[in-house]
Amino acid sequence: MDFNESPAEAAFRAEATAWLAANAPRHEIPEGVMLDDVEEVVRGRAWQRALYDGGYAGITVPKTLGGRGGTGIEAVIFAEEEARYNLPKGPYIGIGLGMALPVIGKHGTPEQIAAYAEKTLKGELTWCQLFSEPSAGSDLANLRAKAVRDGDSWIVNGQKVWSSWAHRSDMGILVVRTDATVPKHKGLTFFVVDMKTPGIHIRPIRQISGASDFNETFFSDVGIPDANRIGGVGEGWACCMTVLMGERLNQGGERGGIETLIAYAEATPRGSGTALDSGSVRLALAQALAEEQASKSFQARLRTMVSRGENPGALAGMVKLAFARRYQQASGLALELRGLDAMAPAEGDARTREIQHDYIWSTVIRIAGGADEVLRNQIAERVLGMPGEVRMDKDVPFEQLK
Amino acid sequence: MNFDLSDEQKMLAEQARGLLAERVPFDRLRQLIDAHAEWDEPLWRELGSMGFLGANIPEEHGGLGLSELDLAMISQELGRANAAIPFASSIVLAADAIRLAGSDAQKAEWLPKLATGEVVGCFAYAEGPGDLLGSRVRFDQGKLTGTKHPVADAGVATIAVVQVGEALALARLSQPAVTRTRLDSFDQLRPHFRLQFTGAEAELLPRSGQIATLFDRAAAQAAFEAVGAAEACLHMARDYAMERQMFGRPLAGYQAIKHKLADLAVAVEMARSNAFYAGWAAADAHDELPAAAAAARLTAISAFEMGARENLQVHGGIGYTFEANCHFYYRRERTHAVALGNREHWAERLIANTPGSQTSKMSRGAA
Repeated sequence: MDFNESPAEAAFRAEATAWLAANAPRHEIPEGVMLDDVEEVVRGRAWQRALYDGGYAGITVPKTLGGRGGTGIEAVIFAEEEARYNLPKGPYIGIGLGMALPVIGKHGTPEQIAAYAEKTLKGELTWCQLFSEPSAGSDLANLRAKAVRDGDSWIVNGQKVWSSWAHRSDMGILVVRTDATVPKHKGLTFFVVDMKTPGIHIRPIRQISGASDFNETFFSDVGIPDANRIGGVGEGWACCMTVLMGERLNQGGERGGIETLIAYAEATPRGSGTALDSGSVRLALAQALAEEQASKSFQARLRTMVSRGENPGALAGMVKLAFARRYQQASGLALELRGLDAMAPAEGDARTREIQHDYIWSTVIRIAGGADEVLRNQIAERVLGMPGEVRMDKDVPFEQLK
Repeated sequence: MNFDLSDEQKMLAEQARGLLAERVPFDRLRQLIDAHAEWDEPLWRELGSMGFLGANIPEEHGGLGLSELDLAMISQELGRANAAIPFASSIVLAADAIRLAGSDAQKAEWLPKLATGEVVGCFAYAEGPGDLLGSRVRFDQGKLTGTKHPVADAGVATIAVVQVGEALALARLSQPAVTRTRLDSFDQLRPHFRLQFTGAEAELLPRSGQIATLFDRAAAQAAFEAVGAAEACLHMARDYAMERQMFGRPLAGYQAIKHKLADLAVAVEMARSNAFYAGWAAADAHDELPAAAAAARLTAISAFEMGARENLQVHGGIGYTFEANCHFYYRRERTHAVALGNREHWAERLIANTPGSQTSKMSRGAA
């Protein structure tokens, strides 16, 4: 057991570090500067282009798609080094690299790969994900947006929701129902869609945080060429699985570190001392800190597996499940130990406002990218080998479902 | 980065697991309880003759000279089997105390015998309810006076290492000035005793200031023991739920059970990860040990607690019977939760050693 890298990994880190030192600083967003979303995407595209020119765009993307063809551990190493700089990286880039490219690479035609892969790697195409609907979240295959064949095109109608950055995306990955006479997983088809196509209307969602990162996207008689179909008609579910596997492996939390909450408790007066003098506060924070350390060591174990070329599978979901719960509990505890002041902090108290935001945002983490309950099912079924859920709708044609 | 056990460590664990599965079926535990036995002596003798007991005792003192992480493989498997032997008392505490604080002569005299299991040691610290370490036992001019209780495994021990204030003293238990009384013990497979010293002959272990380190090192081993036990509970509950039919399908198919056991699986993997780190720190990164041991202890207590309770719960009524196997862990878990200091104690130690070091190492990648 050690924390040393293999010679090849260490060499890659040295190479990446040197390249970043030479290229990253001029793309950094200065501390305290808030960009509007248009400007952020412009900067994000520029940084992605720099990565492409340096040979670091899409590290695990196969060379045949224009990527680096590197290993999973190289991607981890590069991401660690890249994270030392405050660079413009958002879902508008991440969805393209982490979702669109894998699905196009695996299920797309040579023409589709030629049309999208290089442009995505260069940051010339940004992407959003058009999967969830008001009645299709964890039960994604229950989606209702439909496409009807019309010669060489498809006409799409319906509503998608939770599409991050759809308003600033060039393209979307879209799954719709093309056959309601077969069971629900079998009647889906996957497309890529130009977000400027007439009939697409994007409406920002006003979130409980006050921000509007997510959108509702409405399709009214939107024409999509059949050439934009990824995979066969009725094979949309397999494409979705390719996308969602990528999503699970990319998650982990950086926010909400417990050590900063310990400092926060220590900065909160109580009696003649601080809130950290309280035994119950110390116990709760120590437990959270111990769990946070466990997650770090657990990720080191997963990383060791990845470095050996093994796939952690459903084990990876444990990181997010544990993080989401800890994030909500610890930020909630921090507000509580602060007292009433946490509900209306003084003007200059940025720290308390950040913790308030963490407490709000933690609800998203518990739901998005595999809700707690979905992840528990996966762990029970894939790690422990327990039976799958009883499915009432599995063999019933979609149109006959209630 | 290679944050995994070595192939040798995995083999050692497998070997221990295989042997214990054969020697300690649950019926053996029932038999020991019925016989009011103080320990599983044949198992102890066999482990001694195979070298397991002296795993991390230096070769110059008759051990195998392996690392703390190697020893942890044995701790983990003893926890899984719920074995009734004084491994934690004699090896993890008494021998380690002599190794950390003893003189060369004391090490030469006792470590080789502890390594083979010929001599059993126990470790006496509590003095009734309250503080982790007692404060009333006195050592004066070579004599020990006062009462330590409860003391695990004192019945079968030849020697006791006795905490006296900040110091550690070593006493033979077979002298007239020592009275051993077996206490009715909650964990039927780990009997505890009252040790009364009435001017008992004893000698100090000369290196002072080693108690905190001794407990940190023991906490790392206890974390592995708890992880092994928690995993045994997880597997027992899962296997029972797979077999048990309810309303026409396996109990394991219900989300109430799946989610409970998924949460337990997460707790076990997290506790294991912290135990790895603590075992590694005990062997290779001593300055990181206090925080690593405290974190390992906290998550191990939680995982084993959840495992012991929910395993019995999943079994339903049958879990409440002596013939089922849940109760061994249910009782052992509480022993774990308080031996070496409870959650409150380790929370204090973790806060006091806020571990910037681990964070920086992880994010630094290359050491």
